[in-house]
Amino acid sequence: MKRWLPSSLLSGMLFVLWLLLNQSLDPAHLLLGTVLAVVAPLLARTLMQPIGYPRLAKPIILIRLLGMALVEIVHSAITVSRLILFPKPDGMNSQFIKIPLDLRNPYGLALLSCLINSTPGTVWVEILPNRHELVLHVFDLHSEQWWVDTIKTRYEKPIIDIFHEEVHKENPP
Amino acid sequence: MNEMETIPLWAAALLVSLLILGGSIILIGALGLMRLPDFYQRIHGPAITVTLGAGCVLIASMLYFTVLQSRLVLHELLITVFVLMTAPIVSMLIIRAAVYRDLRARKRDSGVESGGIYRFPEQE
Amino acid sequence: MISLLVLAINYALICVVIAMLFCTVRLLIGPAAHDRVLALDTLWMCGMLLALILGMRFGSQIYFETALLIALLGFVSTIALAKFLMRGEIIE
Repeated sequence: MKRWLPSSLLSGMLFVLWLLLNQSLDPAHLLLGTVLAVVAPLLARTLMQPIGYPRLAKPIILIRLLGMALVEIVHSAITVSRLILFPKPDGMNSQFIKIPLDLRNPYGLALLSCLINSTPGTVWVEILPNRHELVLHVFDLHSEQWWVDTIKTRYEKPIIDIFHEEVHKENPP
Repeated sequence: MNEMETIPLWAAALLVSLLILGGSIILIGALGLMRLPDFYQRIHGPAITVTLGAGCVLIASMLYFTVLQSRLVLHELLITVFVLMTAPIVSMLIIRAAVYRDLRARKRDSGVESGGIYRFPEQE
Repeated sequence: MISLLVLAINYALICVVIAMLFCTVRLLIGPAAHDRVLALDTLWMCGMLLALILGMRFGSQIYFETALLIALLGFVSTIALAKFLMRGEIIE
């Protein structure tokens, strides 16, 4: 099972993608989708070689995190649009801030960057290579410590939990 | 547009509010792109166009065709997932290109390595 | 209600067109090259939304394929431009 279906999540998503693209539930399309879902992860396995496919330890936390991020996106989109329409008289305090990160998993970092960049008002610039600190650009900064606390407790901690098991599994002695 | 008569009232009301909200958000995002003073603020303008504006229009399109053809039309989900996955990459690459170009133009190569975070807008 | 729906679709259409106009202004006057790339990316996104709203206006599903293609091409071209700006040696 593990050998022929290395990532059930990826296979399922490819299957759904094929059906959505063709907009049909014909048996022929079901068959083609199954072939795609089995063959593509097998062919792409060598691309993922050093770390392997991501394993979600706790999908429930991922769903809750995505819901929280959706609410946050709508909320901050409204904030940013109010700032654009009615600019403050003394100008916005747009700055770069630094946030120290504990997260090391590449998939976790990718998820974190997607969530942060999707939220209007914050843009992920880069991770400073030698000290593992994240540089963010914030549209209207009121308190730097608040941002550090928010990112670390509301985003980073759930992501560490989601990918937690994989860290132990993928690093054999 | 005769087939539009078959749309029930609740769907029409939802569609109207989604479309008006989406159109306004798209307009506000582009307005921010046009009139904010410097680049590092300007990059936050299109972010609301991409997330909330595109989201509203995509949900409206899904709902419209689902109601109009009275079957489930969900293929706009493909565009939604694609946009949500690629927009962060695009904004990250653009702001990183801007930061590196500004560092190079000001001959401050040490900014990246030493972590003294770059503060450009004050210098302009 | 149905005429209100037609009105709302037209309103969204006009909003997207004005947004594209704003992006074009930024594309023409943008002081630095990365401003122009950002404006171009927003222009691609507005073009995709324009195709979607036109599809609703005419009640046709052909426009979905257009929107998907515009989204794909916009992503690839913006990535290429941003990569060139980051690696190229040209400094304004």
